Amino acid sequence: MSHIAVVDYGMGNLRSVQKALEHVAPDREVLVSSDPAVVLAAERVVFPGQGAMRDCMREIEARHLRPALQQAARSQPFLGICIGLQLLFDHSEEGDTAGLGILPGRVRRFDVAQRRDAAGQRLKVPHMGWSQVAPTRSHPLWAGLARDTRFYFVHSYYVEPANDAVSAATTTYPDRFCCAVAQENLFAVQFHPEKSDRAGLTLLSNFVHWNP
Amino acid sequence: MGLARRIIPCLDVNAGRVVKGVNFTGLRDAGDPVEVARRYDDQGADEVTFLDITASSDGRGLILPVIEAVSAEVFIPLTVGGGVREVADIRALLNAGADKISMNSAAVTNPRLVADAADRFGSQCIVVAVDAKRDPATGGWQVYTHGGRRETGLDAVAWAVEVCRLGAGEILLTSMDRDGTRSGFDLALTRAVVDAVPVPVIASGGVGSLQDLADGILIGGADAVLAASIFHYGEHSVQSAKAYLAERGVEVRQ
Repeated sequence: MSHIAVVDYGMGNLRSVQKALEHVAPDREVLVSSDPAVVLAAERVVFPGQGAMRDCMREIEARHLRPALQQAARSQPFLGICIGLQLLFDHSEEGDTAGLGILPGRVRRFDVAQRRDAAGQRLKVPHMGWSQVAPTRSHPLWAGLARDTRFYFVHSYYVEPANDAVSAATTTYPDRFCCAVAQENLFAVQFHPEKSDRAGLTLLSNFVHWNP
Repeated sequence: MGLARRIIPCLDVNAGRVVKGVNFTGLRDAGDPVEVARRYDDQGADEVTFLDITASSDGRGLILPVIEAVSAEVFIPLTVGGGVREVADIRALLNAGADKISMNSAAVTNPRLVADAADRFGSQCIVVAVDAKRDPATGGWQVYTHGGRRETGLDAVAWAVEVCRLGAGEILLTSMDRDGTRSGFDLALTRAVVDAVPVPVIASGGVGSLQDLADGILIGGADAVLAASIFHYGEHSVQSAKAYLAERGVEVRQ
């Protein structure tokens, strides 16, 4: 069996993602790599990310990873995480940046500067902490996860798919937004499964065993 | 239902070992950071914070293998503070597996560090720790550094706002008046900073009871509460703290 590739484009630490995958799949080799050939040869691909979208796109281009990512997102079990979800879309308001354009839609900033929650408290950005995730449809990656399970989020932008049908889950902050997408072999989440305790490990385990 | 308030146990680490009594029953070696962190994770901690209090320069690097070992086994956010002086320190800790880096004295000495670090690694991983003491002269609070020993002349609320402008993604707010007293958070300080900044605020310093945690959230408005001794000495588990908070209408992850 071939390896699981964690795509490294120089934006932040991928150690947690790697360790969490090794934890749920001790029999697999997890390779953190920026080599397009390693990505394309992988049995499955994890596409994490942090930092600013514009910097991410620049680093992806510098490593000639765009074609490999576009192909992997069409052909291999593919899991995007956080910026790895946002990068799949056409465009982000963050730095007015074009994304990979694998899914139609855009990435928007939380506009909560003047918003208050039910208790009258100002809403903070980034959205940081544990929010409940409500799947909008059944999917193998939700196996064993109750509706409204909490996952760990930290982000200031959220995705707005042009096509509602790709949405796989929503959460609320302060309005409901799409926090997971699914399309054939592709699944991507705004939250961090590698930091979401048992729920996150369940999702990663589901991904490792998923055969779309 | 929305965002859960976070409960964050804090561990003091000296030369790679957890210090302060840790009194988990059945724990063979209370000083092993991995074992302690795993136990807090089992109890439902939403994050764990490590404060490196190593004084000797040759003991300093020992926090890195600790973070590497913990992050390979504990899959919740890890924050590390103490002794962070430059961008290279932040990079080393992030690479070891920390999710957020907290800085205090270095931010005061060199505010540019906050901006550089946020620019390089993203605001989401940059926490500024604000240690504040009531200032009878002004009726406000003043920022202290070096573990509360050095006065800065900075107003705590204004400083918190300033570091957010520079790029801090979270504020770890400690009342130096209350720290170690077990008499509860300084709620007026907490409320003043929570209302002033656009980012989440972790309240710290003074927790002696579960009621104090509830007050920090319900009266102080804190997004998260950090405590050491009430969890270390086995008086309360994170679980029982969450059950207590949930009964009082606080949204928590259970």
